Amino acid sequence: MNYIQFFHMRPEASLLGFFLIIFLYDLIYTGRSRRYFHPLVCVAMLLHTVICFRDTSEYTLFEGMYHSNAMIVFVKAMLAFGSAIVVMQAHRWLRITTTYYKQGEFYILLLSTLVGMYFMISARHFLLLFVGIELASLPMACMVAFDKYRHHSAEAGIKYILTSMFASAVMLYGISFLYGTTGSLYYNEVREGLTASPMQIYALVMFFAGLGFKISLVPFHLWTADSYEGAPTAVTAYLSVISKGAAAFTLFIVLTTVFAPMIEQWQTILYITTVASITIANLFAMKQRNIKRFMAFSSISQAGYIVLAMIGGTAQGMSAMVYYVLVYIFANLAVFGVIGAVEHNIKNEVRRETLDGFYKSNPKLAFLTTLALFSLAGIPPFAGFFSKFFVFMSAFGAGFKVLVFIALINTVISLYYYLLIVKAMYINRNDTPVPPFKCSIITRASLAICLIGIISLGICSFVYGGINSISFGM
Amino acid sequence: MNILNLFVIIPLLMLLALWCSRTLQQTRAAMVAGSTLLLALSVYLTIDFIALRNAGNTAAMLYCDSWSWYAPLNINYSIGVDGISVAMLLLSSIIVFTGTFASWRLKPMTKEFFLWYTLLSAGVYGFFISTDLFAMFMFYETALIPMYLLIGVWGSGRKEYSAMKLTLMLMGGSAFLLIGILGIYYGSGATTMNINEIAAMGNIAREVQYVFFPLTFIGFGVLGALFPFHTWSPDGHACAPTAVSMLHAGVLMKLGGYGCFRIAMYLLPQAAHDLAWIFIILTTISVVYGALSAISQTDLKYINAYSSVSHCGLVLFALLMSTRTACTGAILQMLSHGLMTALFFAVIGMIYGRTHTRDINKMRGLMKIMPFLAVTYIIAGLANLGLPGFSGFVAEMTIFVGAFETDDIFHRTVTIIACTSIVITAVYILRVVGRILYGEPENEEHKLLTDARWDERFTIICLVVCVAALGIAPMWVSHLIEGGVANIITNIQP
Repeated sequence: MNYIQFFHMRPEASLLGFFLIIFLYDLIYTGRSRRYFHPLVCVAMLLHTVICFRDTSEYTLFEGMYHSNAMIVFVKAMLAFGSAIVVMQAHRWLRITTTYYKQGEFYILLLSTLVGMYFMISARHFLLLFVGIELASLPMACMVAFDKYRHHSAEAGIKYILTSMFASAVMLYGISFLYGTTGSLYYNEVREGLTASPMQIYALVMFFAGLGFKISLVPFHLWTADSYEGAPTAVTAYLSVISKGAAAFTLFIVLTTVFAPMIEQWQTILYITTVASITIANLFAMKQRNIKRFMAFSSISQAGYIVLAMIGGTAQGMSAMVYYVLVYIFANLAVFGVIGAVEHNIKNEVRRETLDGFYKSNPKLAFLTTLALFSLAGIPPFAGFFSKFFVFMSAFGAGFKVLVFIALINTVISLYYYLLIVKAMYINRNDTPVPPFKCSIITRASLAICLIGIISLGICSFVYGGINSISFGM
Repeated sequence: MNILNLFVIIPLLMLLALWCSRTLQQTRAAMVAGSTLLLALSVYLTIDFIALRNAGNTAAMLYCDSWSWYAPLNINYSIGVDGISVAMLLLSSIIVFTGTFASWRLKPMTKEFFLWYTLLSAGVYGFFISTDLFAMFMFYETALIPMYLLIGVWGSGRKEYSAMKLTLMLMGGSAFLLIGILGIYYGSGATTMNINEIAAMGNIAREVQYVFFPLTFIGFGVLGALFPFHTWSPDGHACAPTAVSMLHAGVLMKLGGYGCFRIAMYLLPQAAHDLAWIFIILTTISVVYGALSAISQTDLKYINAYSSVSHCGLVLFALLMSTRTACTGAILQMLSHGLMTALFFAVIGMIYGRTHTRDINKMRGLMKIMPFLAVTYIIAGLANLGLPGFSGFVAEMTIFVGAFETDDIFHRTVTIIACTSIVITAVYILRVVGRILYGEPENEEHKLLTDARWDERFTIICLVVCVAALGIAPMWVSHLIEGGVANIITNIQP
């Protein structure tokens, strides 16, 4: 075995390097110098994002188990950048006494899940894929239950781990069917053996269920609302964008590279799940009062749009999807950043009523939230409009006209519930609004990054151009 | 540097200036400077455009330019104007300019109001100058969303309900529109999003047109108050603050008519010819139904809002007739209705600001209390019912003559039906004028009220001058728009 291969896996290697540094720092520095721990991790994450970008050449390692190319590196860097923003936003939360002394664990768990996602994305072998998914799921359950003295957090952790295990089991069962019918677990060999026999259709459905759980598509979404509500806000943000983005990209790769011969079958599956996800999540979201539950349903609906982009399986679909996820990271993290800040300030859960009159007391945060919600709803000139348009365009070009129409009607419904939040902040009167407060400098920096992303990603077309030049399809 | 770009750049600079402004004076200064500049720019553009045309430049669009934006998807930022867009730009800048003065004393959160107001106007200007489907759609939606906050925060009455209804209905319309745009793009071979190039290719199959013409037309028709999708309009207009009502009824509803003409009918000409009858029936209902509804209202703004439904229905009605005279009339009607409805809403807003009621049963004898506003109300009313000398007469006359040109029984019948709206308009206008302006003031509190202040007088005089100018000298406008109308009409063939 050629050990030099490990050094070709630059994103993973760099992540492991930072992992060790953080681990040692956590062990060695316990006293006053712990103050620098959080800024150090933020810098490390940003540095890691830069390192990811360094090497974008295409190579295959470990007898074809591991594959990397420019697009994969871009997605990894994107996820790393999103995680960096999440860590930055977690600043205040990590300073409170119950989490201050175990913040090292938080970073380490977060980095482990990120390594898992990297392997999910790069895998060209179902076993490596499965290991990656498990590595991304198990530490995630610990993160969800991180506030273990808070009843809801522990409950959410249990819910997450149980459904996650179940999904993994179903997926593994599906993979075993694939192995049974094709005799291999390598993507390219499985692909050659696919004939769309009933057994393989079972395998496809089960495999899809496993990843559908991670993306939280309807009907695999039942854990989402409870886990999102119970988890610490930073973890919810991480779950809703990073974990989802990685799983969606993995699904796209597996569907287009492995299941390409079965395109009719998986297009049917995607059709049904997209319609179900978007519609059902929208209907539930309207009634939610708790903002984190609300964002959970909103994110299920957004997942539907992400899946809509991949339905054609084309290169255009991939660029639309990656771009969509990129924009979604900025917009969603902006909302969660504000929720986290408010939550920390009022020491209570944030409900829609809590935000009544928010604009009067905290105009800047309210304005940022408004822009982020508009971006999520797909309102120009914010980036969300562009990403939604490209998703619709790619699906329409692939011939799914009716599906696009259904999705479009649903954007109007989603606009309704996003506007309810805007209405609460701007229009509703409140005698006891959230008192004016100042965020910490790191949180403010992260929110500024989100704001810049929301405004500029759409207008500056080179981002999409860059993504488009490296995307690949069937 | 293309002069048209200034129509987007100036509003953006205004947004920046407003964002940085600290005091009320600075906010007002930014608004006045920006909107004056835009007005001057559009006047200059109009003069220059006519000069170019007189010099023998017969290209369909002038000042054309194009920058590649999203090259992989054939999306460009391309701009260009023909006579119709120039007229619309002029209208928009007049309304934005006067709207600034109409909301001179608006409170609270003046700065935020003008921020959203300017964003809305940026969308409107961008829509009229762009010739790319994507850019047009983007600006269209940009113009819609500020409406929610403008009505929801600064409105009156059932503002939250109305704002939500308006936003959702218009966004629903744009969902139809987006499908239509994608259908046009892929139907024409997915090589370009430029409107002129798609029209020149003319290669969209007839069956495809049959599917996407109704979608596109309804998409824009929602904003143009097409029956039965007009229900947002009365509530929205009634609850909006004055300047927003002016801008919305005056300009934004014209986006609908303009879009129907420029995108739906121009790019899908065969379907526009074959399926026109469906929408002619719907618009005829709009025209008559809007006018009849106005009769039974007692709220001044509702009366005018329903009157807008009727008049905007007339715009779409005339466009669908597809004769040159009727379409010229439609554009004239857009201008005329834009100006006089803005005038109307401005006056109503000023009356409401004093009496704090818009119920016509609670007001009497306003002529004795506030003669300036009362006289303006009469002028606006007379313009609205089509008195010769004002813009309304010219526009409606042209429309009905043009509509009658098509000599088959269907077109003539609907024209006659639509003509009845003129009489009905006279009924509701004169009824209100008689009810609230004449007689002796009954309410003691009303006797203490004052007449218009300088900023209000300025707003009103600007608009009255424009309405009268369009009525007295309509020729230069029809000269301005004839090239653009002919270009689109010749495309619509059976």
